[in-house]
This record gives sequence, C-alpha cells and structure tokens, in this order.
Amino acid sequence: MTNQNTISRESDLSGGEYKWGFVTDVETDLAPKGLSEDIVRLISAKKEEPEWLLDYRLKAYAHWVELEKNDAEPTWAMIDYPGIDYQDIYYYAAPKGTNEAPKSLDDVDPEMLETFEKLGIPLQERAALAGVAVDAVFDSVSVATTMEKQLGELGIIFCSFSEAVKKHPELIKKYLGSIVPYTDNFFAALNAAVFSDGSFAYIPPGVKCPIELMTYFRINTEGSGQFERTLIVADKGSYVSYLEGCTAPFRKTSQLHAATVELVALDDAEIKYSTIQNWFPGTKEGEGGVYNFVTKRGRADKNAKISWTQVETGSAITWKYPSVILKGDNSVGEFFSVALANNHQQADTGTKMIHIGKNTKSTIVSKGISAGKGNNTYRGQVQIMPGAENAVNHTQCDSLLVGDECGAHTVPYIEVRNPTARLEHEASTSKVSDDQLFYLMARGLSEEEAHHMIITGWSRDVIKELPFEFALEASQLLKVSLEGAVG
Amino acid sequence: MTLASPPAAVEKFSAAYKSHAADSASSPEWLKSRRQQAWSTFSELGLPTKRRGNELWKYTNLQPLAAADFEYGVTGSVTLDQIKAAGPWDDAWNTVVVVDGNFHAELSNLHGTAGLTAGSLAEAIAEGTGNIEQQLGSLAGSEEYAFTALSTAFIDDGAYVAVADGTELGQPVQVIFVTSDNAASRASYPRLLVDTGANSSVVLIETYVNLADSAQFSAPVVEVFAGEGSSVHHYRVQMENESSFHLGTTRVAQLGNTDFTSTSFAVGASIARNDIHTLLDAPGATCTLHGLYMTNGDQQQDQEISTTHAKPGCTSDQFYKGILSGKSTAVFSGKVIVERDAQKSEAGQKDLNLLLSRGAEIYAKPSLEIYADDVVAAHGATAGHVDRDTLFYLQSRGVDEEAAKAILVRGFAEEMLNEFKPEALNEFVEKITDERIPILLAESDTIGTA
Repeated sequence: MTNQNTISRESDLSGGEYKWGFVTDVETDLAPKGLSEDIVRLISAKKEEPEWLLDYRLKAYAHWVELEKNDAEPTWAMIDYPGIDYQDIYYYAAPKGTNEAPKSLDDVDPEMLETFEKLGIPLQERAALAGVAVDAVFDSVSVATTMEKQLGELGIIFCSFSEAVKKHPELIKKYLGSIVPYTDNFFAALNAAVFSDGSFAYIPPGVKCPIELMTYFRINTEGSGQFERTLIVADKGSYVSYLEGCTAPFRKTSQLHAATVELVALDDAEIKYSTIQNWFPGTKEGEGGVYNFVTKRGRADKNAKISWTQVETGSAITWKYPSVILKGDNSVGEFFSVALANNHQQADTGTKMIHIGKNTKSTIVSKGISAGKGNNTYRGQVQIMPGAENAVNHTQCDSLLVGDECGAHTVPYIEVRNPTARLEHEASTSKVSDDQLFYLMARGLSEEEAHHMIITGWSRDVIKELPFEFALEASQLLKVSLEGAVG
Repeated sequence: MTLASPPAAVEKFSAAYKSHAADSASSPEWLKSRRQQAWSTFSELGLPTKRRGNELWKYTNLQPLAAADFEYGVTGSVTLDQIKAAGPWDDAWNTVVVVDGNFHAELSNLHGTAGLTAGSLAEAIAEGTGNIEQQLGSLAGSEEYAFTALSTAFIDDGAYVAVADGTELGQPVQVIFVTSDNAASRASYPRLLVDTGANSSVVLIETYVNLADSAQFSAPVVEVFAGEGSSVHHYRVQMENESSFHLGTTRVAQLGNTDFTSTSFAVGASIARNDIHTLLDAPGATCTLHGLYMTNGDQQQDQEISTTHAKPGCTSDQFYKGILSGKSTAVFSGKVIVERDAQKSEAGQKDLNLLLSRGAEIYAKPSLEIYADDVVAAHGATAGHVDRDTLFYLQSRGVDEEAAKAILVRGFAEEMLNEFKPEALNEFVEKITDERIPILLAESDTIGTA
C-alpha cells in the first residue's frame, strides 16, 4: 500500500529523509491562535455540538487551566524539549468546505484526495479492493469515510467522531471519558477540551467486523495542533481490527499532537489496534517535528482481549503508553511495540497493564531502536491488584543501539499485590553484533542493507502482529527512518 | 510539581543538631563546615515524603518516622556476650564495635594486624589519618539526599578501616554497629569509612544489631574508596529490631581493576532501606551487588541499588532475592547507568521474589539507562509463589507439608546464603534464616494453595 512513486520529494531539499513532508495547498478555516474558553466554545459551535458535550469540554478546560497553573505538565519522562507555548497553537484548523460533511467522495476536495493518494491511503474503490474502510482525518477534521454503507448493513458504525456525536449521542455520552477521564493527565485534559475530530467505531454484539477499519491522520496547517479523539466500542462477543496511520508535512516549527484513544471491549469481545506513527520527526539537526503526547487506554471486560501493536518511527518527541485495564476475569492484554529514535528524536513509550480481574493475562513485547543522537526509553508498568488471582504477565523489552551518540533506557515498574500472580520481566540492551554484520556483508550485502535486515528480523516479533499491508509499510519505514544512521 | 508543603520534620532534628554542633567545637574546621553545609541541605530537603513525583520514595511511606521522637546522644550498656549472641562473631576476625554511634575500644577485638588500620573514626578525624579530610563526606555528604545530608550534619564517630597498599588480609574485618539495651528511642548516625590501598584485599563485614526493644532510628553511612587493583568483599547484615527505622547508605568509588562485591542480608527493622551506589570510575572495575531480603508482619524493606559505569570496560552485576510474608512490603529499585564513554560495559540486573501471603506486596523497578552502544546489558525480574504442584511433588515423596514448605522457601534462599563465605558469617545467616522461615510460614496463607 505504499505509493512511493507519487510521493513528493520536497523533504530532500533539506537533506532529511522524511518522504511524507509535502504540504497540501487547500484553503483552511482557521480559528485564531491560542487557547481560551472562547476557543473551546467556538470549536463546539463549529461542530454544532449539543449542550452536554460543550459542558464536558468546558469542565475539561477548567481542569486543564488548573493543571497548567500548578505546572502539572508531566516531567517524569526522559524527554527534553523547550516548553510548549499553549497560546501559540491553532486549536482548530479545518479544510474549507468541510463544514457540510462530504456526502460522497465526489464532494471531497480533489487536492485532498491527491494528498491521501500520495500517502498511499486506499480511498475510493481501492478501499474496497484493499478490504479496508478508511476514515481520513486532515488537520482536525474528518474528511472522508469509506465503506460506511457496507459496514452499516452489519450494524457496524464507523464514522467521524463529530458525526457520531450527531447520530449516536447515546453511545458517545455513555463511553466518552469512561476510560480516559479528562482528569487523567495534563494532555488528556487538553484533548478533552479542544478535541476536534477523530473516529468512532461501534461493533454490535456477536459481529466480527469483516474488514479492517482504518483512520489516517495528517497535520497539514503550519502551527496547528491536532487533538483527535478515537473511541472504539466492541460490544459483547464482537471483534474488530483497527489501524491508524499518521503523517505530517515538513515544518521547521514543532507541532503538537495530543490525542486520546479509548477502547471498550465488553464481555468476550476483542479489539486489535495497530498504529503506524510516522509524524514528521524533525530535521537531522533536530529542528521542528511533531510533539506526540498521546493517551491511549482500553478496558477489557470478562473474557475480552485488547491488543495494541505500534510501530513508532516518527515524531520529534513521543510520549505514549497504550494501556489495558484488565477489569474482567480471564481478560487478556497485549502490547507489541517497535519504537525507533534516530537523529534528535526522543521516545518515551511503553504500556501499563492493570490486572484487576482473576486469571488475567498480559504480554508485553517492546523493541526499542536508538540511532544517531536519538534517545529511546521503554517505560512500562505492570500492576497486579489484590483481587487479581492467578494473574500472569510476561514482559520482554529489548533495545538496540546503532551508533555511539544515542541512548537506550528501560524503566519497568512491577507492582505485585497478589501472591498468586506470576510475573516475568526480561530485557536486554546491545548493539548490532559485529559477527552478524560480518556474516551478511560477507554474502554481499552492504553495511546498510545488513543493518536493515538484522533490525527487521530483530523486530519480527512485533511486525508479525501487524496486518499484512501494515507490516510491509512498517518494514519500509524502519529502513527509511534509519537511513544515514549507519556507516 | 511545586513543593506545596515546607520540608518535613526538620524541627525535630534541629535542637539535637544545635547541641551537637556546640559540643563539637573542637572538631577540625573542614569537618565543621561540612556539617554546616549538610545541615543546610537537610533543612531545605526535610524528610522525604511520598508526594507525587518523588520517585525515590514512591512506594515508601516515612510518615511513621516523621511522627516518632528520638533522642540523640543517649547511650546504655552493652556486654560482649550480648554482641556475640546477637550477631556473627569469630575471634580470629578483627572486629570494631560501635555502640550507639560511638567506637567502643574495650568491646572491640583488634589484633594489630600488619597493614590494617581499624578503629575509631573520631580518632582518625582528630589525627587526620590517611586521606580522611579529602574522603570523609565526599561520596556521601551534602548532596540532595536527606539521609546522607542528615548523617553528615551529625558526623562524629563510627569506624575507620584502612588497608595498606599490597596488603592481603587473611581474615575478615567486621564492623558491628550495636544499639544498646536501653529504653530510650535514639537517633544515631554512625559512619564507616573504608580506604583500601592499591592491590590490597579485604573481606569486610558490616553488621547492625539492636539490643533495645524500643524504636530506634539509625541512618548509617558507609563510604568505600577502593584503590587501584584492590579487592573488597563486603557483607552487610541488617538485624535491627522490628520497630526500628534503618535508612542505610553505602557509596563506593572504584578505581581501575578493582573488584568490589557486596552481599546483603536484610531481615530487620520496621522500615529499612539499603541504598547502595557504586561508581565504576576507571577501566576494568568489577562490581557485584547481591542480596537477600526477608520480610514479614508490617515490615517494609527497600533495596535501592545503583551502579554507574563511568569508564570503559567495566562489569557490574546486581542480583537480589526476596521472600515476603504477612502484610509486608518490599521494594527493589535497581538502576544501571552506562555513560557515553563507558564502551565495552557489561551489566546484569535481576530481582526474584517469592510471595507467601495475601497482603504482601513487591514493587520492583529494574531500570537501565544506557548511553554507550558497545554494551551488553540485561535485566530480569520475577514474582511468584510456591504452587500446589511443587508442594505436592515433595509431599508425594514422603515429606510432610510443613517440612516441604520450609524446604521450598529455604531452597529459594539457598543460593544467596551460599554467597556468605566466611564460615562464622555463613553459619550465622543460615541460623537466622532457619529461625525466620517458620515465622514467614506462620504468616503465609497462600503457599501451595493454587
């Protein structure tokens, strides 16, 4: 699904290897920069939201103001960045003409369709062929959702968040903030106040979603923040696989991305959530790039399963801990991650597995690659609550260092409050072994190819969890992102 | 996060500090200024609180310590028989006895071994022995850590151990810190300074025993300067009574090709922390930090273990085992830092825990911070219990249930106990473990149940 031939090479001008750095020239509807109660009201009004949602936003905003006043922006992560000026960000940027949601793909701005084509997103018929339903979010607004009708026949709801607010308010009301309340953390509060759009999916009881649902996020406007909100509810006994991809244009100023994702897996349901995060990582010299502060969490009820798979190659800063609350007995949580930090990138990412129910099981496989001057931290928490009889966790986190100016860190928190739990945590840190490199190079591979092959193989445990097309893209991304790190 | 409350419990220590400062007017100037600086650091810090963001104390509530009152400088009587009964002892060892923070010449058993200086820290300070002015408080002084700052503000006495260049001591040196049999609740800040010369070798046993039943507060600080090519095998035995607070700090600086091992046996105190940091400051240094902790009742036992690889070609290994029963809590917080220049480093880190009862909690945080690429580092942590099958296996071979449980728990501890090499010490930790296991089992409600 990568469509490299049509990809603009604008980024080459600066010597960066980021291939998704083109800017789309569409007219944009911008709210003034800065954050205030008026902006929150404006966003809500633009989206013609009901009173209860505005109230929710205002409460979140008030809470955020309080946090900001108390310097509660989290500082514990191993990331270092100049303070974010929250008044220097556009909190609402929508492509013009999307005030009325597009009725069909024909209504969508052709420029934008082209953008998504460059990104390799199978909109239109390609969507059907690829077996993927896509909700594309451009800056802050969802621009097109494909295959909505076909999904509708199964009772599956897959649409933009704004649309869901209008068409399915009872579901949104019930689940919004139920997993990540706005009081959760600084960025969750910010998101709850100003979230602009995102995706919503609901899978009815017993339904196995036959195709993969996908959202593609893109930040286009300079100086804009993106605050999308994703909510997925898998009703009893249902199954859904959801994919998320993200890119941003090449900008020398940093962009803030503070998303919130909530997953609800009711009894016997399963949600598989895959992410390829390829936000603009900044230039080689460490200028610009996306600040990615994301809160992702799911709740697994009885016998339910939530699986997070992520490939994180983008962003100047990644602060992200997709988590699972294993509330129901026999529920299962999984986290598979490959995170790469090259040049000046900094990633502090991991997961939280909170075992509440009996016989709950979690698996964590994290692979961190550090190159250039990048710093990569795995930060994970496994918490066994007193009632979690026979809980099991296995954690493996490995780090690979490429070059002598990068850093790889592992910070696991293991908290066991029930004696019947079994936990194993293992981790290793090393560089690519000279022997392995020599072996491959002796067989004719260049040093760079050899590195790529070893790293792909080393990441295989995670990559194989991805749906097929994504796995291909992930492997390509790792290669591209490591260019210049070797030799 | 901004600090909302003023530093905790500074007042509690300030009268004692003032009177101590007045009493020690004859101390050398350098020491006085070190004390003052440390006190000013402590007055800014106060006792650590569990507030949000205070990573070092995330799992440890020192409120009971902050709420208790202690006297400073009170001492009682101790007999040699009491000491021998309470801790490990071998007449062949050079043993320095420190009672309530002060060196005790009559109780000490010193043989005048060639190449060994072992005795009072106060005397070493007064005489300016060796590099004491340069060393004392330089590894653990007025840096931003409440208990080293507090201890440094009260530096007075304790033990001084120096081994001359090239001296290989055949018998261990023990420094035993005794709290006397006295009803008072005391605060004591004993220090131990160890300076090993080039290519010397020493086995050092550091023991804490408590003859009092009342709550004691002890914040001992040990500084070890391991000279080029020296070998220091250190053992730490912590047997404070179960209403006491023991906040111990060990700081080690290792020069080239040194071999430092430290094995800890921690069973005592109500709230205890073994905070050890080793700095591998020259190529070829090896550092091995091992330990066994056993907790029951409401005990809290913290292991705060960190190693910094500052230079290339060093090796470190952290390995701890815990057995937890009752409603006790243990924390293992291990850290390995490999700095940018420390290429060819090897680091291992492991923490294994056995949980015997409901209400027992383990918090393990084995972390690695690595800035060099040519490194092999690995860590692991586990928590688990003795399951039904394992117990059944032994029972089916004719071992009765209680004995089978004891065998399994003892088996878990065994490999750590074997690391206590000096014979009298090995016998002692085995004896204490054998006495302790029935207590752990009596408070166990889950062993072999699932």
